[in-house]
Amino acid sequence: MTFTYNNTYEGLLSAIFETYRLKVKNARIVPEEEWQGSLFEEPIVVETNLEYASRVLKGVERQCSKRAVTLLYRCFLSELPEVSHLIYDFVQKAMRSKIDITDNFGDDTVLQLHQINKKIGREVHRMHAFVRFQLTKDEIYYSVIEPDFNVLPLLPDHFEKRYPAQKWLIYDSKRRYGIFYDQKQTDFITFEEDHRLELRQLSAEVLDEKEPDYQILWKSYFDSVNIPERRNMKLHLQHVPKRYWKYLSEKRERTF
Amino acid sequence: MNYKIRQKLEILADAAKYDVSCASSGSNRKNTKDGLGNSTGMGICHTYTEDGRCVSLLKILLTNYCIFDCAYCVSRKSNDVKRAAFTVKEVVDLTINFYRRNYIEGLFLSSGIFKNADYTMERLVRIAKELRTEHKFNGYIHLKAIPGASDELIHEAGLYADRLSVNLEIPSERSLKKVAPEKNYKDVYQPMNYLTSAIDGYKKEKKAIKSTPKFTPAGQSTQMVIGATPENDLHILNLANDLYKAQKLRRVYYSGYIPISEDNRLPALKQAPLIRENRLYQSDWLMRFYGFKVDEIVDTKHPDLDLEVDPKMAYALRNPHLFPVDINTAPYEMILRIPGIGVKSAKKIVAARRHGKLRKANLKKIGVVLKRAQYFLTCEDKEFKQVGFYPEAIRSLVVQGNSPKKAANQLRLFG
Repeated sequence: MTFTYNNTYEGLLSAIFETYRLKVKNARIVPEEEWQGSLFEEPIVVETNLEYASRVLKGVERQCSKRAVTLLYRCFLSELPEVSHLIYDFVQKAMRSKIDITDNFGDDTVLQLHQINKKIGREVHRMHAFVRFQLTKDEIYYSVIEPDFNVLPLLPDHFEKRYPAQKWLIYDSKRRYGIFYDQKQTDFITFEEDHRLELRQLSAEVLDEKEPDYQILWKSYFDSVNIPERRNMKLHLQHVPKRYWKYLSEKRERTF
Repeated sequence: MNYKIRQKLEILADAAKYDVSCASSGSNRKNTKDGLGNSTGMGICHTYTEDGRCVSLLKILLTNYCIFDCAYCVSRKSNDVKRAAFTVKEVVDLTINFYRRNYIEGLFLSSGIFKNADYTMERLVRIAKELRTEHKFNGYIHLKAIPGASDELIHEAGLYADRLSVNLEIPSERSLKKVAPEKNYKDVYQPMNYLTSAIDGYKKEKKAIKSTPKFTPAGQSTQMVIGATPENDLHILNLANDLYKAQKLRRVYYSGYIPISEDNRLPALKQAPLIRENRLYQSDWLMRFYGFKVDEIVDTKHPDLDLEVDPKMAYALRNPHLFPVDINTAPYEMILRIPGIGVKSAKKIVAARRHGKLRKANLKKIGVVLKRAQYFLTCEDKEFKQVGFYPEAIRSLVVQGNSPKKAANQLRLFG
């Protein structure tokens, strides 16, 4: 039997809850968008229910631990097609098991979730590293990125602690939303359609007058610390994959 | 745009780049509400140079004017290079503005010796002090402790910096005297010893009185140039081991000598000894994270590291009586000694085997490099490959697995 949900995390958890309520074992759970229709099957469309969602998480915490709850949420942010099934499978296994299964690396589902979580961790770490702020005239430190996974919700803590006294905005141009910190708290924001195009490359008029200087200084610094005798492009590319280059000012062509 | 600043930055970053330390981890400085930055937990590499090294700090010299004439150093007095000097304000401004844009984790400030050691050290301290007090900067600061500087200045530096380092540069005093006539080990060890005892003192005090200020919370480190002078790996690793044990250093860096000069006091190398440098780092890791004793890695019979295989593999091949190890029953320490199994895999194995016996397929998924590990372990699979333990046969199998090109480029830690 197939259950569909609205592509949110709470939606997925609600669908998992429904499988238990209707006593369906080994159901298929897919996001509504991915449901392609079938002649022989009418899916059960699950409405998101926050209470149901939190009951599933409480169950996971009881059977396993807080760590497991965090693991599942982080994996969901990967947006990988297999992830709803993996999360559902983990919940089923956790409910059946008498002991915490979070560290059972011999189990395929558990191991796969850990591997996805590792990728999420790597992407979060990359964002901590590769976000490049540009100072605008209205004193906002502004950055555009395009992470492989939907990791923006995992970023505020790090940047709030680091930059509590400056306003900053990190915008995901692929998923079209951002996080904005106003020196008090961080909120999710979206922009009107016609603003979006301008966001990728800020024009000189909106930038602080000193901003270009610091970008040039940074690029000069980056070029000067290289040791040509030790050139190792393979290692370089491994650490800074090409898809991130467009957001790294030091990797742009020299124009000065 | 101030062209002068750019020129200074290019000269003084270029002059600082041969110091290989780039760590920004291991400190515990939290930010304040109105402050800028923090340095807690793990470091962040904000970008990488084309030589594959991490860029995490603004690593510059305050000046490359120097009264010394050390053969291994680009900034030596007799070398014909462009010279420059930053003002205190310029360094502070660059640090703050780079940090606010998330370019860097902090500042790594070193300097040529102008006038004398104290005069130089005093200026380094002033910059750190201004960043911490006037700008409420809580990012990472790494300062050089200048050999020969007074204890008072070194002490003040420790109050503002996260890490201090004083470089041995050359792994024996005899060689040092030959290439750096103005230097001696006494001047190097004096600030190092002072820091060792001061860090220890502050730690003890902190336990008793919570409000004790931080003192060099990320500890101290040092660097040795490898391949410029004749010391063997036995000598170098024993020296490193002493530094970890007696001086409680956090890190020892090894810098493969890059022939930067035509100074006839030094050998004319065609290429930097990069593989040897890598093997030294691997050995360093074995001592710090894998529970190896230094004499298990090198001894008088094997005074130099094997360039063909990594030091853990070399150890296993020299000690066939310890293998194969049963992955399902052996203690963690022994699993850690299997070539191809790192700290993370070893921990996962120990956690996972509580849920059931592990097979080869499990090991592969956990991240064990079976290409190397397979000869040294047994697991639940009965048909598991056991060719018998013939070190020479295993060696040739393992070495053949590395194509010659790959072997030459191999620079990762435990690839």
